[in-house]
Amino acid sequence: MDFGMLTRAVLSMGILGGLFASGLAYASVKFAVEDDPKKQQIEEILPGVNCGACGKPGCASYAEAVANGELGIDCCPVGGAELAEGIAKIMGVAPACSTERKVAQVLCQGGNEETFDKSEYKGLPKCQVADMEENFKSCEYGCLGFGDCAAVCDFDAIVMDENGLPQIDTDKCTSCTKCVVECPRDIITMAGVSEQVKTKCKSLLRGKEVKVACDKGCIGCTLCAKKCPVDAIDMVDNLAVIDHETCVGCGVCVKVCPTDAMVETSF
Amino acid sequence: MEGISNLAMLFVAAAITNNFILTQFLGICPFLGVSKEVPTAFSMGLATTFVMTTSAVFVWVIESFILVPLGIEFMRYIAFILVISSFVQLTELFVKKVSPPLYKALGIFLPLITTNCAILGLALMISMEGYTFIESTIFGLGAGAGFTLAIVLMAGIRERLEFADVPESLKGAPIALLVAGIMAMAFSGLAM
Repeated sequence: MDFGMLTRAVLSMGILGGLFASGLAYASVKFAVEDDPKKQQIEEILPGVNCGACGKPGCASYAEAVANGELGIDCCPVGGAELAEGIAKIMGVAPACSTERKVAQVLCQGGNEETFDKSEYKGLPKCQVADMEENFKSCEYGCLGFGDCAAVCDFDAIVMDENGLPQIDTDKCTSCTKCVVECPRDIITMAGVSEQVKTKCKSLLRGKEVKVACDKGCIGCTLCAKKCPVDAIDMVDNLAVIDHETCVGCGVCVKVCPTDAMVETSF
Repeated sequence: MEGISNLAMLFVAAAITNNFILTQFLGICPFLGVSKEVPTAFSMGLATTFVMTTSAVFVWVIESFILVPLGIEFMRYIAFILVISSFVQLTELFVKKVSPPLYKALGIFLPLITTNCAILGLALMISMEGYTFIESTIFGLGAGAGFTLAIVLMAGIRERLEFADVPESLKGAPIALLVAGIMAMAFSGLAM
């Protein structure tokens, strides 16, 4: 073993490495790029989980996007309103809450009690399958009740009740919209928490047919539209459609509805 | 006079007849990765040329004054990689400072110049061929110019391909590889 060669190799490489390292250290100071101080401050208060929910690949890119005005201060659902306030302070803007919190809403009240089965369904107990196979349920627009939505919910916010309808725990709902996508009958929608009344029916059938199919369906009687003091309700395809911009939440429609299809929401 | 014509020959050989990408098939990764737009490809070519030329100089110095006199030629790879990665770092810092948009456009391919085999290949060729200091510099410059030429040509073709009616199954990478193959054939014709 030639120790001289070993020493020479170690020493020369060590010195070389040291030289290059100091050269680079000097260059990194000389070519230092000043990051936007706002970006750094924002990055510090961000959750730092790099989940990508804001649409950017990570917290650092979101901080950058906020700092140069590309994205708003409230795009981080993880940090929520508290974080938006913090970012607002750094950016020197008012802590505007531009987007209202939305939660999933089931627009059907046709459970086992309200509806009946025209035939016995023998397929897989999944809504997606049942929707394809046959019209076994009296209402062809209503909830199939196999709980695909509950299964897809990552936050345990949906539970199927005894009546075979999904119940949404609005505190647990994170507005991820997975259930909205999952439901083959498009019964679930996202509703802003300020929307106080909802037509809990999606049936486009005429009143008579609805009455046969379900006890709580919208029969298109137009009573609510007539009684609404602010004219916030329009009848579209035999369904009462509420304009939530004009709705004042007086609850008259809920009282006059003969089938209880109009429901006051509770968040 | 003969010295100069020799150097010119060396430059042309490194840049065209022995083009690193298209006849020696070194550095294919950035060749395919950063050749979607001509300006970006050109900048990538310049960055690589810078690293190639400076590395060539330093590699020659280290080879002749450290490795050979000390009899530790077996440390070649480590020493060369050290040189290359240092210069890539330097280039990265420089590009980030001077042109952040370019820094973003080059993305991962900028630090990946470190592992670009074209550059280590260049360093090893310099020590194998026993070039002089001037020859090494010219060789590095020629290799860089050849790299830039190839990548800019490729980008030019791919820009036009964007609007071409390419069969569905050939869209994207397959047609790029086909183009690269045809370009390589053309360049090997020059070496005859």
